Amino acid sequence: MKRFDDTTELLLQLGDSAMIQAQRLCELVGGAPALEEEVALMNVGLDLVGQARNWLEYAAERIDDGRTADDLVFLRDQGEYRNLLLVEQPNGDFAMTMAKQFLFDAWHKPLLEKLCNSSDERIAGIAAKSIKESSYHIRRSSEWIKRLGDGTHESHERMQRALDQIWHFTFELANPYELFNTLDTDNIAPGIKALCKEWQAIVATILAEATLTQPETAENNYLSGREGVHTENLGFVLAEMQFLQRAYPNASW
Amino acid sequence: MYAQMVETGVKSVKTSTEMSSEEQAFQTRIDADIKIEPKNWMPEAYRKTLIRQISQHAHSEIVGMLPEGNWVTRAPTLKRKLQLMAKIQDEAGHGLYLYSAMETLGADRDDEVQKMHEGKAKYSSIFNYPTLNWADMGTIGWLVDGAAIVNQVPLQRTSYGPYSRAMIRVCKEESFHQRQGYEILLHLMREGNDAQKEMVQDSINRFWWPVLMMFGPSDANSPNSAQSMAWKIKRHSNDELRQRFIDQTIPQLQILGCTAPDPDLKFNEETGHWEYGEIDWAEFFEVLKGNGPCNKERVAKRKKAIDEGAWVREAAVAYANKKQQRNAA
Repeated sequence: MKRFDDTTELLLQLGDSAMIQAQRLCELVGGAPALEEEVALMNVGLDLVGQARNWLEYAAERIDDGRTADDLVFLRDQGEYRNLLLVEQPNGDFAMTMAKQFLFDAWHKPLLEKLCNSSDERIAGIAAKSIKESSYHIRRSSEWIKRLGDGTHESHERMQRALDQIWHFTFELANPYELFNTLDTDNIAPGIKALCKEWQAIVATILAEATLTQPETAENNYLSGREGVHTENLGFVLAEMQFLQRAYPNASW
Repeated sequence: MYAQMVETGVKSVKTSTEMSSEEQAFQTRIDADIKIEPKNWMPEAYRKTLIRQISQHAHSEIVGMLPEGNWVTRAPTLKRKLQLMAKIQDEAGHGLYLYSAMETLGADRDDEVQKMHEGKAKYSSIFNYPTLNWADMGTIGWLVDGAAIVNQVPLQRTSYGPYSRAMIRVCKEESFHQRQGYEILLHLMREGNDAQKEMVQDSINRFWWPVLMMFGPSDANSPNSAQSMAWKIKRHSNDELRQRFIDQTIPQLQILGCTAPDPDLKFNEETGHWEYGEIDWAEFFEVLKGNGPCNKERVAKRKKAIDEGAWVREAAVAYANKKQQRNAA
């Protein structure tokens, strides 16, 4: 269901994934297991909303139909969202929250690394700025995977259960797709073809250190976040996030 | 801010002849505006009063995240979302360094949090009011943080060193929040449609009186103030601070083009102060006792987070121990 040029599609995937991941983190305010984690959750969320804004501002310029980054976030329906299916899934317990964060970070950081070398200077610039943040994100989430996986019996059980439950959405992270060919050839995302292997390597290393069992390779489930075919969860995420813009059309905030 | 009716456990302030030599030396230091530091001798009642006040302040920062958390998922633009998230993060940070300041007095964070969950320790009454529309995010910044600043600016000079230094940092961030909050409202009033302007007035109507209550009971009903002032934990009376807040806020209210829900509000040319109507103290005391609109929900939410996070914290400790053992081996 590709509607824009490849570069714009990539920008939407990046922006939307960061935005929805951050939106899920916002739901956790006041509910973290420790005060230090309240600070960390908002910190990661802030980074991701900031990144989303940068990607989507550029996307909006390229789409060039008068819409702004805000319009893209607050006025698109779920069929137009390009985020990974993983990030729209509910937070669950802290093990699930961290499993989702880690699996996302392990995709996000290597992708940003490649984009730092993009022939598109704008993309390279945003990636260079984001990579510092995302390096911290994956350091933090890997630590939590290890703490919970190799902590107590209960935490191990919870972490393994969270992984088993969320794993089937990783097919989007573990498998290359068509867009990669042109993005690589055009040097928009040089080396992106290696992304999936890198994701697998990072995940395998951390799960092993965390004494967790990696589930079997996830198979395509006939949905596709990047093509706008989502799970039932996204509609509710958007209903909440877009409430004011929908209830008061054309209002200035 | 955020400290209302902090008990000192002292019935009347001792005169210098009633004091022991240690107490006299302590009071001399206070009177000379020399900060008390963690390792200095201090009267037990001073230490306990400070633990109560600082923990109350810290709890308020943490519970204060909840009314904003109620809207952070619904912030209307990317800019507003980023602002609100940053504010919430600052509050969690304030909570952290206030608890640290409190721990220098020998108190334990977990114990004090537990007291709050059991209803034995208070937090500011203001956070027991619900946030019902987006303008509340502006009003909380402008009025609630504004009232907090009026309370906290003198606390930068409070006699206990670690608390005073924490306040200096907190005040800087709170001033920023206040300006941001006011800007949210000003934007709604100047650029907004009728429905948005109504949101602002509705928000001010709901928060006005509870904000005035943030300064605590009137001086006549503030039995603990004399001792707190003698110890320079507190530097101005509740009514003085409340008046200062009202005097600085009314011109801002007028610029917004909004009104306060107080028919008795009028400017006294002679005194140069705004006079205001009677505060409903019955409501204040009820909310403080736990019978406000959201008391139960606020405490339940915090308790749930800590209770349900127990296995996470246990895992972190277990992992750290394992790692240490491995490193030692």
